[in-house]
Amino acid sequence: MTTNPNNAPVPTDSPLRPEAEVLAEARRRSRRSFIGLGLAGLAGLGTWKWLISQPDDQGIPHPLRKVLDANGRLSQAYLKETRLAPEFARSRAKEPRVNGRVGLEEALDPAAWRLLVQGYGSGKTQEFTLADIQALPKVEMTTELKCIEGWSIVVHWAGARLSDFLAKYPLATRSGQPADPLNPPADLAPYVGMVTPNEKYYVGLDIASALHPQTLLCYEMNGQPLTAAHGAPLRLVTPLKYGIKHLKRIGTIAFADARPKDYWAELGYDWDSGH
Amino acid sequence: MKQLVEKHPLAIRWFHWVNFPVLSLMIWSGLWIYWANDVYRLGWGKTTLLKFFPQSFYQALHLDHKLAQGMSWHFVLMWVFFLNGLLYVLYTIFSGEWRYLLPTRHSFREAVLVTMHDLGLYKKPLPIRKFNGAQQIAYTAVILMGLGSLLTGLAIYKPTQFGWLTQLLGGYEFARVIHFALTIGYVLFFIVHIAQVVRAGWNNFRAMVAGFEIVEVDPATRQVVAGPTSLPAADASLTPNPSLRS
Repeated sequence: MTTNPNNAPVPTDSPLRPEAEVLAEARRRSRRSFIGLGLAGLAGLGTWKWLISQPDDQGIPHPLRKVLDANGRLSQAYLKETRLAPEFARSRAKEPRVNGRVGLEEALDPAAWRLLVQGYGSGKTQEFTLADIQALPKVEMTTELKCIEGWSIVVHWAGARLSDFLAKYPLATRSGQPADPLNPPADLAPYVGMVTPNEKYYVGLDIASALHPQTLLCYEMNGQPLTAAHGAPLRLVTPLKYGIKHLKRIGTIAFADARPKDYWAELGYDWDSGH
Repeated sequence: MKQLVEKHPLAIRWFHWVNFPVLSLMIWSGLWIYWANDVYRLGWGKTTLLKFFPQSFYQALHLDHKLAQGMSWHFVLMWVFFLNGLLYVLYTIFSGEWRYLLPTRHSFREAVLVTMHDLGLYKKPLPIRKFNGAQQIAYTAVILMGLGSLLTGLAIYKPTQFGWLTQLLGGYEFARVIHFALTIGYVLFFIVHIAQVVRAGWNNFRAMVAGFEIVEVDPATRQVVAGPTSLPAADASLTPNPSLRS
């Protein structure tokens, strides 16, 4: 046997032990450790089986949904209401691709279209024309539309803030006082739901996101009135959320105490879908 | 004379074996997510050497049309991956294990020798100790890759809320490319790692389960003549003068 001067020495303070004793200990410790690892593996496998056998909660196992909801709450807590999505030079705006036509199946007569809003307190439905929305202060912004699939595109939007709409038409509170986003009244509805006229596509928003200054009732894209495929005459734009929340062709807006149903959340996606 | 030498502390073994299935599931659910926007390829101009990924790949592994499920698993397991990684790094720092792990000024030269040795181009025996230079570089790199995955992951998970981070990492698209490239890096690491574990043999593998290694010690000189040891002094071991070793 040759020794290599580069090899580390064993500590000199411990006497060398008889080989039989060393090998016996090695066997004992190996057995214990491999059984331990095997049991840990089985426990992991058991946890996995348990997870996927849990009742389905909107497309995914219930415990996963619970964690997604907790992630959403954490991100809401971190997200200040005044935090804005970044804006870009208007020259960077492009036409987004049409990724889905759910809710837009039928032809729509823009002249006959009305926005229906159900009052939170009264439950009565009020009708608005596009002109009513366009009478509110026009807000323009160039933001990034992010698709949950993983692509994004810069778009120039124009429309009225939902918060301006709810300040002028105080339908989001039980008492009928205006919904001031910076000083929200105590009886403000916690959630907003929107559906297309044919009720096939629907989204839910928490009230803070609905009253966010960049959440628009949008009627123009890249300087032109919305086309049918992009949600004419009125669509939702809310750049703190993924595109799946940007409902096209708004039919009805209603307020709720619990999370309104959400088309993509029912198919397994995160209800919050903020980014 | 065979002696038993401690190699991997229990905590490190736990972190290792927890990380293995969790990282595997992160990669798997990551593939479900990536499928929804599978734009990357290796190539230039109109020439594509390798598309990530060919349709046959998705079909063979049933990776398609699972974006929602992929995100739900990814955003649950990210917590386990993060916590396990954080505890590992903290343990490594406070236990002093980092001394074996961090590359030194000798590691790069030694890594070249190790690589040449593994390819059969360098015949002399390599120094026997816990981690050689190549291992130090590889293991430290994979930990930095973990940090990179965490940061780029956060940047593409919440690109607006963590806008400062996303900007710092070159924007959403760039952060996503890096996140993807790191994942490919894990797979390459895994292939080499498994090959090296197989060739290093049972003694070495058992150490990651049971913690110890059996080494051959010369009773006269007390020098280890075969088998890596858990003994320290990564850089000093290359020093010819034994008195400089500690």
